[in-house]
Amino acid sequence: MSIEHATAIDAKFGAGSALPMEFRDNKRLTVPVEKIYGVLAFLQLQRGFDMLCDLAGIDYLGYADATDRYGIVYSLTNTTTGERLFVKTFVNDPDPEVPSVVDLWEGANWMERELYDMFGVKFQGHPDLRRILLPDEFTSHPLRKDYPMRGYGERHNFPTVTRAES
Amino acid sequence: MPLEAVASVDETGTDKEFLYTLNFGPQHPATHTTLRLILTLDGETIVKAQPDIGFLHSGFEKLGEDLDFNQYVTIVDRMNYVSPVANEIAWHHTIEKLMGLDITPRCKYIRTILAELARIGDHLLCVGAVALDLGGLTAFLYAFNERERIYDILENASGQRFHPSYTRVGGLINDVNDLFVSQVRAFVKSFPKAHGDVCRLLNKNKIFIDRTQGVGTLTREEAINRSCTGPVARASGVARDLRKDEPYLAYPELQSSFKIVCSNGGDCLARYLVRMGEMLESVNIIAAAIENLPSGPVNIGTDSKVVIPDKSATYRSIEGLIQHFELFMWNRRFETPVNEVYGANETANGELGFYVVSDGSAKAWRARTRPPSFIHFALFPHLIEGHQISDVPAVLGSLNIIAAELDR
Repeated sequence: MSIEHATAIDAKFGAGSALPMEFRDNKRLTVPVEKIYGVLAFLQLQRGFDMLCDLAGIDYLGYADATDRYGIVYSLTNTTTGERLFVKTFVNDPDPEVPSVVDLWEGANWMERELYDMFGVKFQGHPDLRRILLPDEFTSHPLRKDYPMRGYGERHNFPTVTRAES
Repeated sequence: MPLEAVASVDETGTDKEFLYTLNFGPQHPATHTTLRLILTLDGETIVKAQPDIGFLHSGFEKLGEDLDFNQYVTIVDRMNYVSPVANEIAWHHTIEKLMGLDITPRCKYIRTILAELARIGDHLLCVGAVALDLGGLTAFLYAFNERERIYDILENASGQRFHPSYTRVGGLINDVNDLFVSQVRAFVKSFPKAHGDVCRLLNKNKIFIDRTQGVGTLTREEAINRSCTGPVARASGVARDLRKDEPYLAYPELQSSFKIVCSNGGDCLARYLVRMGEMLESVNIIAAAIENLPSGPVNIGTDSKVVIPDKSATYRSIEGLIQHFELFMWNRRFETPVNEVYGANETANGELGFYVVSDGSAKAWRARTRPPSFIHFALFPHLIEGHQISDVPAVLGSLNIIAAELDR
C-alpha cells in the first residue's frame, strides 16, 4: 500500500520523491523537505488522508548511521478507510525550517508549536509560532540530544518578576 | 446574538476599549487542573480566548529517553492520572509492537478488562465534573462512588490504587487472583444501577440541558481537520474507534459485545451522551471478557529474554537469576530492533499514541506521546468564542482536559 502511494507521488513530483518503507504495520514514506508541503497537500486532497493524527519530532544527533539531524514525522489518517501513513522528512542545522501545514490541517497548529518549542525547528508560514509548553524566556530546546537531562539550571536561575515590574 | 458580537469586533479598530480581559486560572476551581485562559470579554460574551499552558510541564518525553521500557511506565502513569492503567497498556502495546512480541491470551484479556475499567473511571470523572461545575453535586457523588470500586479492583490487582504501574514488557507484574474476578463481576452487576442514577439526574435535567445543548458545537469536518479523536470526535459524527478499526488486545474476539457510540450533535450535551453510552458498552466488554478469561500464564515465556522472571524463579533457579540480572543491569537489559514504530490505543480521552524510535538499546531514543488532551485543548478557543463566560466550565469539562497529559 505504501508502494501505491509512493508511485502516485513519484508520478506527480518526479522520481525519488517518496521512499517507501514498512515496519510492523507502519507504512512510512520519506520525502525530501523541498517537496514535503506539496506531497502532504496531495495526500490530503487526492488520496483521502483527511486527518493529521500526530506530528513527531526526532533528534538524530549521534544515532547510528544517521545523516540528517532532525526528523519530522507526519502521521496521517484516512478517517474513511482507517488507513494510516507516516510521512517523514529531514531538516538540518543551522537553520532547520519546514513549511507549515496549518492551512491544510488546523490541528497542526499546536503540534507545530510544540515541535518548535522542543526542537527549535521553524515552521514557515505558521500563524503564531511561539513557545507553548515552556516559558517565553527559555532559550534552549530541551528535547534536542545535546541538551542535558538535568538542564542548564534554568529552573533554579529563573528571572523573578517583582510586583513593581509586573 | 453572541456570534454577531464577535463579528463586529475589529482587530485593529478603536472599538476595543470596552473589552474586558479576564484571567481565568492557572488555579481556578472550574479548570480542575492547572491551566490558564486569558479571556477577552464583551460584557459576559467571550470575544477571544487565549489558552496559556505548560504549568505542569515536567519533561516526560525527555525522561522517556533516559528510562528503560519498564521504568518509563511509572512516568506514563502520571500523564492521564484519571485512567493511568490505560496509559500503561498503550505504552507497552507500542513497545511490544516494536519488539514484535505477542502477549499471552490471559494477559490480553486482563489488560482489556483493565483498559475498559479505566475508560469507565475516566468517563465517570468527566461526567461527574461537568455536572459539578454546572451545579449538580449529586451526580458527581454517584459517579465517584463507582470510581471507588474501580480503585478497589486496581488495588487488589496491583497493590496500588492510583498509579498501579501494572504492566511490564511481555505481560503484567503479577497475575490476578480470584478476588479480582469476583470484584469485576460485582462491578458489572452494580454499575448499570449507578449509571441509571446519573442518567436520571442529568439526561432530562432542564438546567443541565440548557447549559450544554448547543454550547461548543464542533462539526464533523472541523473535528477531522483539527485531529480530534475519541468521544469528542464521535460526538461530532466521526465513526472512528480504534477498538473497531484497528483491534488490539482481546478486542478482535470481543467485537460482537460492543458498538461504537456516536452522535451528530457535536455540542457539550452530545459529548456527555456519548460518554454515558460508551460506559454501558464498556461494561458489556468487561462482562464478556471476565467470563471468557483464559487460563494459562500471564507473561510470555522466560525464554524470550524480555520478561522479568517470577521471584521464585529468580531465587531458586540459575536461569531465572541470570535473566533477572540481564534485565536489571544498566548495561544489559533488552535488545530491540533499530527502527521506529507508532502504536496507539483507544483510551478514554481519544487516541493515545506513542511514536517510539529505538536505537537497539533498552531505552527509547525518542518516546513521542500523542496526547489527546493537548490536541483537544487546541480546540477550546474555537469552541468557546461567542459564548458566555458561564459556558467555560461546560466546554472545558466536556473536552475532559487533564493538565498532566496536556503538558507532560
